[in-house]
Amino acid sequence: MGLDEIFTASVFASAIRLATPYIFSALGETFAQRSGVLNLGVDGMMLMGAFSGFYAVHIAQVNGAMSEPLSLLLGVAVALIVGGLMGLAMAFVSVTLKAKQGISGIGVYLFGLGLSELLFQQWVGTPKSVSGFPRINFPVLTDLPIVGEIFFHHNLLVYVAFALVPISAFVLNHTTFGLMIRAVGQNPEAADAMGVNVARVRYATTIIGGMMAGLAGASLSIALINLFQQNLTAGQGFIAVALVYFGGWRPFAVAAGAMLFSFVNALQLQIKVIGADIPSEFAVMAPYVITIIALVFATKRHEQPTALTKPYERGE
Amino acid sequence: MNKASGFSQSALAGRLNRLIDFAPVLIALLLALLVASVLLLALNANPLEAYDFMLQGAAGSENAFAETLVKATPILFVGIGITIAFRGGMINIGGEGQMIAGALAGVTIALIMGEMRVPPELAKEKGAFDIIIVACSLVGGFLMGALYGGLAGFLKAYFDVNEILSTIMLNQIAVQMMNFLLNGILLDPAEAGFNNIPKTARLVTAAQLPRLSLPIGDPHLFARTRLHWGLIIAIVLAAVIYIFLWRTSWGYRIRAVGENQRASSYAGINVKRQMMFSMFLAGGFAGLAGVVQVLGLQYRLQTDGSPAGFTGAAGFNGIVAALFGGLNPLGAIPAAAFFGGLLVGAQKMQRELGVPASLITAVNGLIVVFVVSSEIFIQQRSKRRVSVAEEEAPAPTLNPSSKMREGLSSSDDGQEEG
Repeated sequence: MGLDEIFTASVFASAIRLATPYIFSALGETFAQRSGVLNLGVDGMMLMGAFSGFYAVHIAQVNGAMSEPLSLLLGVAVALIVGGLMGLAMAFVSVTLKAKQGISGIGVYLFGLGLSELLFQQWVGTPKSVSGFPRINFPVLTDLPIVGEIFFHHNLLVYVAFALVPISAFVLNHTTFGLMIRAVGQNPEAADAMGVNVARVRYATTIIGGMMAGLAGASLSIALINLFQQNLTAGQGFIAVALVYFGGWRPFAVAAGAMLFSFVNALQLQIKVIGADIPSEFAVMAPYVITIIALVFATKRHEQPTALTKPYERGE
Repeated sequence: MNKASGFSQSALAGRLNRLIDFAPVLIALLLALLVASVLLLALNANPLEAYDFMLQGAAGSENAFAETLVKATPILFVGIGITIAFRGGMINIGGEGQMIAGALAGVTIALIMGEMRVPPELAKEKGAFDIIIVACSLVGGFLMGALYGGLAGFLKAYFDVNEILSTIMLNQIAVQMMNFLLNGILLDPAEAGFNNIPKTARLVTAAQLPRLSLPIGDPHLFARTRLHWGLIIAIVLAAVIYIFLWRTSWGYRIRAVGENQRASSYAGINVKRQMMFSMFLAGGFAGLAGVVQVLGLQYRLQTDGSPAGFTGAAGFNGIVAALFGGLNPLGAIPAAAFFGGLLVGAQKMQRELGVPASLITAVNGLIVVFVVSSEIFIQQRSKRRVSVAEEEAPAPTLNPSSKMREGLSSSDDGQEEG
């Protein structure tokens, strides 16, 4: 077995594809955490987004009432709305009711896990596939050797995810909204004194986080895997939270972490495919081990938002 | 701020206060039931009918009730551990992985010792050697779970790795490790070469935890059920940990760190050590949950390969039970029984009404959210009460169900008083 068997173009291509849900959800989580809200319910939100998006597309396509592109747009819209609603609930619980975020997030996760499975069993039953976002064929570019396969033969959501990385960085670092987010996350008292509505900013970022998590779920169920089954995400939302820490709360670094993680994952799948003499369990384990090791080194380097997990209470 | 009224000094008021401390739990339950009813209606099921079936399934017969207790046992073990961790300010989400770690160690010890020939000096006392096997397995399971939990505590204490994230990763790693071992050296020799269903060989009788029956009626109560001694062990340990947390200086230090790390450190408490210690104990109890499942119920370690294939998600449900029990080990006993009943009852509901039992996962999530959300109300109450207490007596009121939980955020600052 040579290295050229492992590091094939298709491994790089699938690393990019696999990174999509992580980038969506981790970018959304970055917004929430920069404003001081630790949303641990990402995985539950992803599951709900994945199911609702899948179900919308499934219904639209079964009835044949809608053209395929339209049904997919509907699926994305539904996933965004459902994710946003769950973000709203999380914001209400952690901003208005000031509940402990680490634990309430686990509650939101369990809720999303249970409800998505419940609705799936009740409304769909057995795993069915839908025709999801097709791969785009760019003129000339897609036909380029190697480069074409790696970069120019993905579905739309992959490109959307990567486009959101610089956009998120720009919003966080160079807009008034981004300034408010950072202020609220670093020093809510000062932000409040400057006239920033702390609660409103945190609601906004948590809802954005929820919508991105919903989209992340949909990117699995209607673009990457094109089906739904119970616990489809298998904990990807928690990885996304870890990636935010790993990336030091900066969008580009978070996305780089997502790429690293999914590259290890793609390698793991490839090693399984070529039947290397490594037990598959260790290959599956590897990304998680690497994440822990990465967290050991990452958390030292960057300061986390000072007000992370702390509900804001106005001094009297 | 409300000032002390004469009435609040009476014993009646004290009792009322304690009752009100449990109000959030009851309110959370009612709200969760309400949402569950709406969900059931949306699924075209009659909520009352569904709850009736659940009640029947959970407590409608001797066997149903025994099954409830059987399901409650691992939840209680994990819940005791989670209570220790949360009291120590550590958010341990790693119950699943710690259960698996404990089960792997325990089953290995039980399998090896079960094969050993009884030492001659013990040959007359065959029962004594059986007890040694079971005891060694339980201790081994506890220690392995404790080391696995302690690892997350270590990473938090010395590398500032968020324990929520590390325990979640460690869960996944434990599942893979279990799958690897069950497909490899721990695989039942009878399975090898056939189906390769991932499971160990069956434990010999000597290595099993005995079934439990109560000498009431004929045949004895629970004599024909799967109820085992694990339940008794868990209940006894719940009482032990209650005493540990509130009557020993070790427990006091854990709680102090959970309440306010900075103040504890100024008071000379080694905060890092306490973090590791509370995670060590929490992992140990989850480990016990795992090994007791093997020794008392399944008599082998087996999984379907899915993450919760062995644990039945008891590692997560233990978190719910701990919160529901007011982060008090004794409160975790009825809480675990309740969630055990919920799980068993949901299966009956699924059979009778066709409503998927996963409803319970969603309801559990809601209960968690509602319990932690309603704390804002107790916090306001306890603030009032603290100001009252400051006036009346110098001793600080340690109100277990509200003040302690303020220390649960992963940050190290105490809450500012408004």
